[in-house]
Amino acid sequence: MQHGKYRFIVGFLAVPLGLYALFVVWPFIQSIYYSFTDWTGLSPEFKMVGFDNYERMLDDTIFWKSLQHSLLFALVLPVVTIGLALFFAFMINVGGRHRKGGPVVTGVRGSSFYKIVYFFPQVLSIAIVALLFAFAYNPDSGAINSILRGIGLDSVQPLWLGDPDLALWAVMAVLVWSTVGFFVVLFSAGMASIPTEMYEAALLDGAGRATTFFRVTLPLLWDTVQSGWIYVGILALGAEAFAVVQIMTTGPGGPDYSTTVMVLYVYQKAFRDGQAAYATTIGVALLVVTLAFAAIVMRLGRRERLEY
Amino acid sequence: MKTAETPAPVPAESGASVVKVDGPAGPRRKEKKQGATLNVFSHAILIIWAIMVVMPLLWAVMTSFKDDRSIFRSPWSLPDRLHFDNWSRAWTEANMSDYFLNTILVVGGSLIGTLVLGSMAAYVLARFDFPGNRFIYFLFIGGMSFPIMLALVPLFYVVNNMGLLNTIHGLILVYIAYSLPFTVFFLTAFFRTLPTSVAEAAFVDGASHTRTFFQIMMPMAKPGLISVGIFNFLGQWNQYMLPTVLNTDPDKRVLTQGLVQLAVSQGYKGDWSGLFAGLVMAMLPVLAAYIVFQRQVVQGLTAGALK
Repeated sequence: MQHGKYRFIVGFLAVPLGLYALFVVWPFIQSIYYSFTDWTGLSPEFKMVGFDNYERMLDDTIFWKSLQHSLLFALVLPVVTIGLALFFAFMINVGGRHRKGGPVVTGVRGSSFYKIVYFFPQVLSIAIVALLFAFAYNPDSGAINSILRGIGLDSVQPLWLGDPDLALWAVMAVLVWSTVGFFVVLFSAGMASIPTEMYEAALLDGAGRATTFFRVTLPLLWDTVQSGWIYVGILALGAEAFAVVQIMTTGPGGPDYSTTVMVLYVYQKAFRDGQAAYATTIGVALLVVTLAFAAIVMRLGRRERLEY
Repeated sequence: MKTAETPAPVPAESGASVVKVDGPAGPRRKEKKQGATLNVFSHAILIIWAIMVVMPLLWAVMTSFKDDRSIFRSPWSLPDRLHFDNWSRAWTEANMSDYFLNTILVVGGSLIGTLVLGSMAAYVLARFDFPGNRFIYFLFIGGMSFPIMLALVPLFYVVNNMGLLNTIHGLILVYIAYSLPFTVFFLTAFFRTLPTSVAEAAFVDGASHTRTFFQIMMPMAKPGLISVGIFNFLGQWNQYMLPTVLNTDPDKRVLTQGLVQLAVSQGYKGDWSGLFAGLVMAMLPVLAAYIVFQRQVVQGLTAGALK
């Protein structure tokens, strides 16, 4: 297999690698370099300013707010999303009625129906989902407050996206809504591949459903849960958070910076305020947060791999 | 954790087979009862979530057939009649047709490009030993965990300097580049699982590496290409952040951008019914395709995570 091997390797790698280097790797390196300059993005001239941007960032209250919100996203969203998804998946897979002569543990009836429906949001664009919920949240004519009025809660008419204390949670709820289904399907597939004898053994040993879940199901699914955790965290820090906050909130990022997340702040500084260098500085902070998040989850989640 | 080794703590059950139950003995009855409660409970929970998923979508479909006044007055009332004019207005006046066309062009081009370039790179990385192989592989998959927004600031100017800003082909190239990490990651794993003997035989018979790849390995990798293709199709069709930054020309807008822009401009035009029609129009083809190709879509989207 030696004949012409290197020519072939170079020929096959050149275009994909070149494209990737030019549009992905090179901009990443550049942006770290730009964070030490005073580049505006509007003119090609700039000079090195050392750590000025970083010092400015540490004094920037909006930056600290955006960091706080992003950290909240990265902590809350994976917990809620993965938690709900595990719960639903467990219900689908072991919540079934025991039939005489059948296996001890069965899935609920219509489990495939649930899985099909739950997966709907996953195929929709987050932009479309965000637009839809922006209307649903409308305090006067939106679907949600209208339901509240309908069930007699006339006094409970939150401003949702207009309320600085509520807006961030309203946005997060949309991300949960759109991500849970994917993980229900993913975890269901994992749970279905766990041999029923394991459940039977646990039940025979007198374990309740909850114990079974925490002692049998969860450990066997651990790898999938962990990678899901990182996946949701990265989305919550990056693209998905950008889309929902940018589309749904006033400002965007408002009211009163209550929903500004780091990824949105980078975008606004670079493409609205003409402060490209400062934007890359915040971007570097976002990179650090993202990598730290992934490292912590991997570190905390390390345990022995169970074979079955 | 074998059943046979487990000493059964319940006396009535000891010795009896686990699967077959002769009669509802005491503890078993309790277990059954618990199972029944759980069953009702789990159905209730599962149905509530199903309703929460479907309701917003049905609401959108319903709203797209209403006139503006009733949208505001009573969000949940049924339409007085089916206002199909909302749909035609969205399609022509609100430029939905252009957005669809642009999206199809961009996604079509980048999907083909991603699959061809991604499988070329993945094949080489999976099957050939050469210095730097590991480095290039990790360079590719590293792109999955980096915040793209950081790169987008300089990328805007890179693309601009190349004269590719606000062009369809420029967007295609960027989509391909940002789809490569997952595609390479997935297909490298896939090519590793394919048997080497067939390619070796072809090579011995005098086929070149290139020919072996296109005529033998690509067809063998078809299941993997379908999975990763579906994954990329949805990701690129639904992409919002990249076009928002790199594609600001109103004539070149893709679907997601166009809808968001429509929503912004409706603030003063007040054509909400047209906007809802646009939203549903964008939603339905993807949902319909999902329902038809349900199994493949789920496989494609979850394949990477299960590896």
